[in-house]
Amino acid sequence: MGMFDSLKRGLARSREALSEVFYMGGEVDEDFWEDLEDRLVMGDMGAEVAMQVTDDLREQAAREGLKSARQLRDALARRLAAEFAKAECDPFEDVPSCVLFVGINGAGKTTTVGKLAGVARSEGKSCLIGGADTFRAAAIEQLEVWGQRSGVEVVTRERGADPASVCYDVLDRAEKDGTQLVLIDTAGRLHTSPELMRELEKVVRVTRKRASIPVRVVLVIDATTGQNGLNQAKEFNSALDLDGLIVTKLDGTAKGGIAVAISHDLNLPIYRIGVGEGIDDLQTFDAMDFARALVGEGEGE
Amino acid sequence: MFNSLSDRLQDTFGKLRGKGRLTEDDINTAMREIRMALLEADVNYRVVKKFVAECKEKCMTAEVLESLSPAQNVVRIVLDQLTELLGTTESKLVLAQNRTPNVIMLVGLQGSGKTTAAAKLAFLLKRQGHSPLLAACDVHRPAAADQLETLGNEIGVKVYRGDGKDAVKVARESIQSAVDGLNDIVIVDTAGRLQIDEQMMQEAVDIKNAVKPDQVLMVVDAMTGQDIVNVVSEFANRVDFDGVIMSKLDGDARGGGALSVREVTGKPIKFVSMGEKPDSLEVFHPDRMAKRILGMGDVVSIIEEAQRVTDQKDIDDAERMLREGFTMDDMLTQMQQIRKMGGLKKILASLPGGERALEQAGGAVSDEQITRIEAMIHSMTKQERAKPKTINGQRRKRIAKGSGRSVQEVNQLLKQWSEMEKMMGKMRQLTNGGGNSRKARRQMTNMMRNMGMGGKMPF
Repeated sequence: MGMFDSLKRGLARSREALSEVFYMGGEVDEDFWEDLEDRLVMGDMGAEVAMQVTDDLREQAAREGLKSARQLRDALARRLAAEFAKAECDPFEDVPSCVLFVGINGAGKTTTVGKLAGVARSEGKSCLIGGADTFRAAAIEQLEVWGQRSGVEVVTRERGADPASVCYDVLDRAEKDGTQLVLIDTAGRLHTSPELMRELEKVVRVTRKRASIPVRVVLVIDATTGQNGLNQAKEFNSALDLDGLIVTKLDGTAKGGIAVAISHDLNLPIYRIGVGEGIDDLQTFDAMDFARALVGEGEGE
Repeated sequence: MFNSLSDRLQDTFGKLRGKGRLTEDDINTAMREIRMALLEADVNYRVVKKFVAECKEKCMTAEVLESLSPAQNVVRIVLDQLTELLGTTESKLVLAQNRTPNVIMLVGLQGSGKTTAAAKLAFLLKRQGHSPLLAACDVHRPAAADQLETLGNEIGVKVYRGDGKDAVKVARESIQSAVDGLNDIVIVDTAGRLQIDEQMMQEAVDIKNAVKPDQVLMVVDAMTGQDIVNVVSEFANRVDFDGVIMSKLDGDARGGGALSVREVTGKPIKFVSMGEKPDSLEVFHPDRMAKRILGMGDVVSIIEEAQRVTDQKDIDDAERMLREGFTMDDMLTQMQQIRKMGGLKKILASLPGGERALEQAGGAVSDEQITRIEAMIHSMTKQERAKPKTINGQRRKRIAKGSGRSVQEVNQLLKQWSEMEKMMGKMRQLTNGGGNSRKARRQMTNMMRNMGMGGKMPF
């Protein structure tokens, strides 16, 4: 199944929501615009972005003489797709590569690492997992279960150990074995905690310095996150100089609209999106597909 | 970053100054600001619409329009309205009196913080004299039971794991285990589930039917966006929870979701969870949440926190300070009190405008400064602490060396002390001159105003 299909399935409810707007008999009046703005806000895109997008679309409609809801929907999808930053590479395909996963508590970092290791393994890549979350209770055990499932070795230390030193060990090991893909899980932390952010800075610094392969720092963000997501991304970006994003939990009813704002504002590409529980449900991101699914294209036609 | 709503409204109305009275248009402008503030706080769109319409109606009365400070009146109306929506009273845990053990069940999405909340709740109940048992019914996430067990060990609460395969069975057995182990409360931690995952939702219902909990609490991440409405209404339909624990409120999310939850399901927020430590579960206060959503700081919490850490000795000290003057030891005590209250940053962040001030300072206001001051005071002799005026150049040099700071920093500390001493002096005059005189009272008010947030307080 392609990304578009799973996304459509995953985003079913949000699609319904937006499609409703576009199915009101094709009439475009004042209510239509107001409704559209409301829907965008409800997709967590943020009030300001929603207003701007609506205004732009309105202008475009007037300029290009777009009248039917269908035309407008296409225009909106293109407009939204253009907001996403483009990825220059795929850190999980262009090996050798080392990826550090960062994010707030409960965003889905450990699960993402586990799934990606499984995918890499099934593609025949050599892979190594680094467990640098030495803080949360049982984080290491959780990772080890994932490691067993996918047959990937996990390098870690006891709980409470210095996470930067774990990264050092992992890279040491990867170098010796010539591992193609190194995935390092870090402890979840709130962006408002200066001490923990400093610790993470050190982890990233040590990893970048030690590694002989390209290192990418990826922020994992939960699709249900609201406007605070932008704050999170900004803080993590200014501390760690992020390379990209992974948006998880898009299989619920959450629309992940905040991803539009983050990707656009910080010019960060989205590497993967999680649209389900299975290992294969972590998929490559396609801006146009995402935008089309979001505005409800290809439904009822 | 966001400005606080009151600042924004002051700006809006500031532009209208000199107009004599406000018009409907002006109120509309203000309502737009309120709408934006609420949306930025992740309050659900529909809730915002309804809320703003109601506020507008209240604000359109002549009383507000023609008052001398319409901005403040509008803010007050909004705040009152918001507090009312959030529930006017604090909502406590309701446990059946004639049942042992009582059962509390936690549900929620993945990653919302259930396991952590379960441990915190156990700790809270233990502190209240209960003997809780944690039941690890998350059989889906790898190592979830290990996590609960580790947390349980840290706080000294037993964890029942069962076979770790069948969640319903583990839950049922945990009750028996509690009876055998003389535990009076069982906290059932369940797996995270999506509200549209039929199978998992059924599991939650099955667990609920099996253990018949006194309270089902839903754990909701304070950072959740608009989707929270879909999530909670589905959980309310299927599992029917009694209240909500808001997690991750120690971040800078406004937690507007709380408002949506309350409005859409009618369920109260019972606890807020604000950090990694086991003691960071607090009872929910609607008024404070309202202020947080509007970005107005949380003054009451600070005061309460201050009261908690202040004991009788401190009060005696305060009296002595007024009588005999302010010593370096007093300063040290103050620093330590700030520490006890969770550090400078936490206090500043909960003051109105404090978040912005912090940001402007670039986070420079650090607890490291407190540590430095402590080090310097520790390097003073007893006499020096009691009478800092006796500290001459030679002594400053010695103190600097002893604490590893520069002489300039010691000078700065002494300057700070003398400012504070001066302020104490003023207070002393006031108390000696009889607190009843009108002049004294006026001076006191003035001084309070000078001491800080004077013009900034919304009312």
